[in-house]
Amino acid sequence: MNTPTSTPAKPKTFRAAINEALKQEMRRDERVIVMGEDVAGGRGGPAEAEEAWGGPFGMTKGLIKEFGPGRVLDTPITEAAFVGAATGAAMTGLRPVVEIMFVDFMAVAFDQILNQMAKIKYMFGGKATLPITVRCLYGAGFRAGAQHSQCLYPMLTHIPGLKVAIPASPYEAKGMLAAAIRDDDPVFFFEHKATLGMREPVPDEEYVIPLGQARVMREGKDVTIVAIGRMALFAAKAAEALAAEGIDCEVVDPRTTSPLDREAILKSVRKTGRLVVVDEAYPRCNMATDIAALAAQEVFRDLRAAPRMVSPPHTSVPFGGPLEDAYVPSPARIAEAVHTVMNDK
Amino acid sequence: MQLSREDLLEAYRAMKTMREFDERLHIEFATGEIPGFVHLYCGEEASGAGICAHLGDRDHIASNHRGHGHCIAKGCDVPGMMAEIYGKETGLCGGKGGSMHIADLEKGMMGANGIVGAGTPLVCGAALSAKTLGTGGVAVAFTGDGGSNQGAVYESMNLAAVWNLPAIFVFENNGYGEASASSWATAGGSIAKRADGFGIPQVTVDGADYFAVREAAGEAVARARAGEGPSVIECEMRRFHGHFEGDPQTYRTEEELAEVRATRDPITRFVARVREAGLLEEADFAAVDEEVGALIERAVTEAKAAKVPAVETLADHVYSSY
Repeated sequence: MNTPTSTPAKPKTFRAAINEALKQEMRRDERVIVMGEDVAGGRGGPAEAEEAWGGPFGMTKGLIKEFGPGRVLDTPITEAAFVGAATGAAMTGLRPVVEIMFVDFMAVAFDQILNQMAKIKYMFGGKATLPITVRCLYGAGFRAGAQHSQCLYPMLTHIPGLKVAIPASPYEAKGMLAAAIRDDDPVFFFEHKATLGMREPVPDEEYVIPLGQARVMREGKDVTIVAIGRMALFAAKAAEALAAEGIDCEVVDPRTTSPLDREAILKSVRKTGRLVVVDEAYPRCNMATDIAALAAQEVFRDLRAAPRMVSPPHTSVPFGGPLEDAYVPSPARIAEAVHTVMNDK
Repeated sequence: MQLSREDLLEAYRAMKTMREFDERLHIEFATGEIPGFVHLYCGEEASGAGICAHLGDRDHIASNHRGHGHCIAKGCDVPGMMAEIYGKETGLCGGKGGSMHIADLEKGMMGANGIVGAGTPLVCGAALSAKTLGTGGVAVAFTGDGGSNQGAVYESMNLAAVWNLPAIFVFENNGYGEASASSWATAGGSIAKRADGFGIPQVTVDGADYFAVREAAGEAVARARAGEGPSVIECEMRRFHGHFEGDPQTYRTEEELAEVRATRDPITRFVARVREAGLLEEADFAAVDEEVGALIERAVTEAKAAKVPAVETLADHVYSSY
């Protein structure tokens, strides 16, 4: 199931990969429904459009045409109500896929996420199943300002009962979204707004990339770079440049932060003895601190240098061009961190 | 409203069970043997019983922190509830939930809830499932006057109206949200009338009058089952005890408490009316009293004797798979 065969895969965008996974999962299981703000769009307007938008970023285009308004539900702009409704619907037999557009908006639904969705199974002694997928856009680089550019996945990773998936590219996104929708637990699924137009070969057939399994994007012997989401792409770029200098980096993309594939990370660090962790999230209590601490505790004696963390500064995401460019970790900053650990003797 | 002898006996049994359950907790809590927080439903029984009289297993309810009565009304196992409150492994949630999180989805009981107002979005979801899966079910959210001011409640009422869901929002106005009067905290003077803004049919009833609640609920449930969307019912009542067990109730007077017990007891009023109409006799009530007394006694005895959960189960039930 993991490795699709048959026809050669065509290049598709991240957006198309998401759309294809949604359609295939909805065909596969009629309990799967999609809800969110303007996932179709056009309700009540004078144009009487069946589908004005197909999602604010076009990710849900064509769903209402194929599956109808009973399974593709536009919502008012009320995240607390519809995220909570997704939880209630999951408890009673449906498998909702909720779009909250920008992850920043989870703030207005946070009680429903933190105290309801995440805890119901545990509080009920296991006697509830919550197959919910919450899709959201994240990340800086879009000149979208402080309230539309955050990462926030460390906050969700922190909460027992939630799973967190952060695919880096179109191929990853399709397989991981299928896994999220088929999963019986709540999964927050992160899509980086700067990668929506990215293309790579994506098979037409259904396939599943299991949650909780890291991938080694590039093998190397000198330094392990652990990087998540868009940062995994940056890390690969940095590794390529470093290879020209003769530094051999291994790039590990954990893919999901909850569950976290600790073994894959530790195995790589044991091999290289050096660790750089890249995370676009705010620097305090983020995935970089979490993974660096993991390495310090578990493989301290295998380390040949102090781990380095590459994250933005402890500020909100700025709007202005030069400020935002300086905010986001870059391949150059990743390479700089690699040099630092290589020179730490 | 014509109710059969069986209906009346069932109504009395439900209310009496709620009352005895919580009055017994009032006594047992004082011994220090019950962990955590407990909020009692005494004085509010007509609401849970009158609403749930119309519901079956295909229907769902979501409750709040004062949820024992709702659980009993929806058919949850009484000894299982008691064991849960005592934190024992035989509890409905294996001792992981406690008083504020008793649940039994097989009975359509989506949980008491420690966050006031938070059950209303969940109920929209259950109503959506009923509509999408065509079960014919309805879903009811019980919210207090305190919870009624939460934003999630109004988001949910709006969503239920926009999606035309078979949802019912019941507001149990017991006079106080914690230590503040609902008359102070509720701008505009009426919770129910806020539904007008959403175009949702609303009614306010005497929440100590079982028959009034039952009649209003019957109309709301019929509307929901007919595909005519959500309804709001506000039940005006008074709680007999404090917000939580141990609350000294310094915001109430002795006179008010005595008056409430004397004139606003839903069970006393139910018994008087049924007796007056010659529908049930002393012996009928006595038989139910005996049955309920034995049930509560057994529930407490079993709960006290049951084992606490094994420490090995601490990390179970966080996920289906991880």
